[in-house]
Amino acid sequence: MSQSEAQTEPEMNAAPSPALPLPLPPSALVTSSEMGAVAVPGASVPAKLSQGQLEHLADLYRQMYLIRRLEEEAARAYAQGKIGGFLHLYIGQEAVAVGSIAALRPDDYVVTTYRDHGVALTKGMSAKALMAELFGKATGCSKGLGGSMHLFDKATNMLGGYGIVGGHIPLASGVAFASKYRADGRVTLCYFGEGAVSIGGFHEGVSLAALWKLPIVFICENNEYSMGTPLSRTMSVEDVSLKAIGYGIDRDRFFVEDVLTVEARIGEAVKRARELSLPTLVEVRTYRFRGHSMSDPAKYRTNEELEERKQKDPLFRARLQLAKEGFGEARLKSMDDDVEREVQEAITFADESPEPDASLLESTTYDGPFAA
Amino acid sequence: MARSIRYREALREAMVEEMERDDRVFLMGEEVGHYQGAYKVTEGMLEKFGARRVIDTPIAESGFAGVGVGAAMVGLRPIIEFMTWNFSAVAFDQILNNATKVRQMSGGQFSCPIVFRGPNGSARQVGSQHSTSMEHFYATIPGVKVVAPAFPADAKGLMKAAIRDENPVCFMESETLYSVKGEVPDGDVVVELGKAHVVRAGTDCTIVAYSRMTHVALEAAAALEKEGISAEVVDLRSLRPLDEDLIADSVRKTHRCVVVHEGWPYGGVGAEVCDRVQRLAFDWLEAPILRISQLDVGMPYNAKLEQMCMPQPARVVDAVKRVVTRGRGKAAS
Repeated sequence: MSQSEAQTEPEMNAAPSPALPLPLPPSALVTSSEMGAVAVPGASVPAKLSQGQLEHLADLYRQMYLIRRLEEEAARAYAQGKIGGFLHLYIGQEAVAVGSIAALRPDDYVVTTYRDHGVALTKGMSAKALMAELFGKATGCSKGLGGSMHLFDKATNMLGGYGIVGGHIPLASGVAFASKYRADGRVTLCYFGEGAVSIGGFHEGVSLAALWKLPIVFICENNEYSMGTPLSRTMSVEDVSLKAIGYGIDRDRFFVEDVLTVEARIGEAVKRARELSLPTLVEVRTYRFRGHSMSDPAKYRTNEELEERKQKDPLFRARLQLAKEGFGEARLKSMDDDVEREVQEAITFADESPEPDASLLESTTYDGPFAA
Repeated sequence: MARSIRYREALREAMVEEMERDDRVFLMGEEVGHYQGAYKVTEGMLEKFGARRVIDTPIAESGFAGVGVGAAMVGLRPIIEFMTWNFSAVAFDQILNNATKVRQMSGGQFSCPIVFRGPNGSARQVGSQHSTSMEHFYATIPGVKVVAPAFPADAKGLMKAAIRDENPVCFMESETLYSVKGEVPDGDVVVELGKAHVVRAGTDCTIVAYSRMTHVALEAAAALEKEGISAEVVDLRSLRPLDEDLIADSVRKTHRCVVVHEGWPYGGVGAEVCDRVQRLAFDWLEAPILRISQLDVGMPYNAKLEQMCMPQPARVVDAVKRVVTRGRGKAAS
């Protein structure tokens, strides 16, 4: 759905390219209360993967499985009181982080929401640093001062999980602004839920990225519920990607069923950002299998709906495909065992790590002497 | 060598010099470029540095404040102009939740070296929504520094320090000060953040003020001198960090203290100064500390009522007399 012409402007004040009309089907403009009923086909998956593709899929599967298992153990630790506060699980949405980050270079940037475990882990944060952060330990990525919602890793350009809905979107545009200012060739991925699309931060962040042609991909992880409120009760249109039209930027939209599709479709937007310095809004339709946070019993949806969506779990789809295409059950099991070991080591590490010292408080508030 | 230049020119010189010495510094805000600045502070900067580094924005304070925060996190040094600090209210989340917290949330991995600047407080008859003193809100936040210079030399020196600082700095100017002239030293003179100074020495009472109110305090001190009362005027310059040592030293000498600021009396910078003084100089105090602030109402448009709501030299004179004459037959408060 490319609509912007290829233009590169050295100046930030360059005039935006005019928005071209999109050939939209009438149904796209109709508000639907049945979210699953809108069929948006994803890019077709090759019937048979080459050996190289199979190995790549196995790598992505491993990353997804690591997120799943790490979070399942985090939920257990939360129940045991080892993790406090809020814990927002990514379970069900793993293919979004894994597929999109597979389309990046290591030096590219990611900025995300409080549901940030999957993105952090996929960008390269160690399971140990992540779990220790959840446990509030000094060995955590943020020394135990950030917690589940605020994972940061400078080494891997994971620029954080943010707890104010939509507040990180202008910030992400600023990171992309810096890339354009320095001409460093990097791309920023900015993740948010469909609940963020109603708040000003989304609009101002996207508007400025469009105006200044910044190398960024806005990924709306539409998991259909803004906490407990379905999309039909938070937005006047069912298709979030339509928001791109008013800003004159490219858009895309697809269901997340296959991690390779995510990689390919986000890859197109990443290419547009890197080569043309143009932003894209991509709506990915996904689903979280757990509640909004640990305290949410998710009574706003039926068991039938949940079970139906679990049948389409991209993690298991990847595993089935690997098995079907001859990756080998033994290798799969060995990979699973490997993940299990990594998770258990992370738990042990987090458990045994020391608490942060109070001496950290002032030095992490100001760079230099404390300013009271 | 020193030259007499206006406050707005001093600010501009600081920004220009810092942009010349460091390519990471850029300026962004509404009307800063082609329009030459709503108050002409940034006049000529677009022509000098080009549109890559002097960037006009749409009216989207939350958006461009957030852009600044993100750019600062990955190594640039943004100067974000608010046309007035009143408009920063819609960007408050970016300052409170992102700029000042990202360092702690990341365990010290990321800093946010950014300057937010613009005119603060009231001007003349600009009405309720353009007359709020925002420094009181920002100074409460750990992780940020807040400065409010009263004179051109400090405006320049503090701006250079703010741009070079590794932390977010809220730089409070005043529309009513932009045309004020003053001696500014030549060369690369940086004024350290967090240092107050005594702008008039005295023995009977300390008047603590900052920004526009420093000039009001000086007027009051001149009037008091004619009545035989010697007031010392302390210009805070920085509100966070607050130079409590200098304030306390002055009060230990004068034994009395009056605080003057724009903005409302409930809480705020004045209350903070009172707290420090009573903790650090309790045994030296001979009278309660009094505060002269805006009256506890929104700013009215009517010129006479506006003047009544604002701290005036006469109110400061009256407050100083009350604390100085306490124990000489008149109640202080």
